[in-house]
Amino acid sequence: MSIAPAEFDATSRDAAARDEDYLWTLNFGPQHPATHTTLRLVLKLEGERVVDAMPEMGYLHSGFEKIGEHLTFNQYVTVTDRMNYISPIANNVAWHHAVEALLGLELTPRCKYIRTIVAELARISDHLLSNGAVGLDTGAFTFFLYAFYQREVIYDIFETLCGARFTNSYTRVGGVSQDFTPLVIEKIRTFVKTFPKTLDDMERLLTRNRIFVDRTKGVGVLTKDEAINRSASGPVARASGVTRDLRKDEPYLAYGDLDFKIACASAGDCYARYLVRMQEMRESLKIVAQALEHLPSGPVNVGSDQRTALPTKQQVYSSIEGTISHFELSMANRGFEVPFEESYAAIEAPNGELGFYIVGDGDDTAYRARCRPPSVLHFALFPFLIRGHTLSDVVAVLGSLNIIAAELDR
Amino acid sequence: MPHTPPAVDDILTALVERFGPVESSVYRGQTRVVIAAEPAFEAFSLLHSRGFDLLVDVSCVDYLEYKGAKQRYGLVYLLANTATNQRLTVRVFVDDPEPAVPSVVPLWEGANWLEREVWDLFGIRFEGHPDLRRLVMPEEFTAHPLRKDYPLQGRGERHNFPVITRDHS
Repeated sequence: MSIAPAEFDATSRDAAARDEDYLWTLNFGPQHPATHTTLRLVLKLEGERVVDAMPEMGYLHSGFEKIGEHLTFNQYVTVTDRMNYISPIANNVAWHHAVEALLGLELTPRCKYIRTIVAELARISDHLLSNGAVGLDTGAFTFFLYAFYQREVIYDIFETLCGARFTNSYTRVGGVSQDFTPLVIEKIRTFVKTFPKTLDDMERLLTRNRIFVDRTKGVGVLTKDEAINRSASGPVARASGVTRDLRKDEPYLAYGDLDFKIACASAGDCYARYLVRMQEMRESLKIVAQALEHLPSGPVNVGSDQRTALPTKQQVYSSIEGTISHFELSMANRGFEVPFEESYAAIEAPNGELGFYIVGDGDDTAYRARCRPPSVLHFALFPFLIRGHTLSDVVAVLGSLNIIAAELDR
Repeated sequence: MPHTPPAVDDILTALVERFGPVESSVYRGQTRVVIAAEPAFEAFSLLHSRGFDLLVDVSCVDYLEYKGAKQRYGLVYLLANTATNQRLTVRVFVDDPEPAVPSVVPLWEGANWLEREVWDLFGIRFEGHPDLRRLVMPEEFTAHPLRKDYPLQGRGERHNFPVITRDHS
């Protein structure tokens, strides 16, 4: 025998309370394969439909900003690796870009190009994972493997470049840790040549795949006004018709010299975010190819008179400036001088605007190192995007926002 | 050298017309203005209506040990105009005890979590915030760890947390 819920206990409770009977709460995460990282959602469901979602974060909070007040500008780069670990080298570039903005350091042309190339390779690797994960979560496992194989190729390039595959810590104040060798250039050339074929394969696998399109089109729609008002940035904002991209709007590094387009879409749904990321990988590849062909010669680090980047061995042994500079930078109580000033500088990281607000207090340790993480603002969007959709759409929306918990919590 | 954003002189004039003289400075091409905490919401409304539609970041600096600092907390609002690419840094200074500023969530929805983070890590109240809970630290936490008087290695707060057994979870 079944009792209709409306008749059940109708006398003792009012209508609102009876409506609540249909709602149930589901705890999603913090350990769940589809969250990919450690974050938690408390979903209020009516049947399969999400009525409300309460995101909770902080499970990976490790006080990166507090640590930033105690490590020198060169040491802290290892911590930035661990923020968005999907594209660590982009975080390195962002951190030292902000430090150099505070110091007013002008990089050498070669260094600008090298940083541009590695940042774009990081963007490709990030987009491969985030699009791959959207595919994986919506049932396209093969697609994910295609994407992950190419990530391995990029890891190999980074390993040849600086010895570390994952946490690169590649940049230094006023330069980078290793210059490009002919082998690195050859590997990047090979990647530029072979990667478009994989990208075509990936597009053929998923872009017109009916199951994937059905699961992502019209899901989690973010309008242009909402995207701006809710501080979205990067591919999430560009998929909603916001044409903002710091590479074009505030050209930094070598982006002003290079020819590329900004990928935008107007639909604002998960499918548009997927398309924007796919197109951005093609544009990034164009940037890498151009920058590699026009890679300037000359020194990669700023000169020893700037006293910020370690001089080469030859400079140390053959010039007095080199010796002094090496001594000053190696001694624990020396380092370089930083103005009593504060500044903000950001780059267009794969996930959006990644900036650092740094307060200098004389020595080479930041007084305050605030990171502006795109993931926090994108995760705040989540309840807004998921309301009214079904439980199965949770993973599609979450994946398309590309939330990295280590960057989220810092 | 980073790109220098377009000048914001017209905005500064508008602020001066409305609120009298405002302290402003430029460093490395970035314009900063200081706004008092009382008319801050009005000033932000003015900036919002004058085209600063994107709130890039809200954060805070604790100037406890900083040379020449007058007030302890300096809030940092990074604003941007998506049409003209202008940028403006707005500083609001507050002091102990009970530092508080008006919330800007009614203007920019994106401020919601950013202000929660500042409340969590610095203990600055945002008046009128719809949901001012801690963001990254657990709810039981009592301190505000990014303040300068909070040590790097913590105070051993772990014993303050309740132990949840399987029966009570």
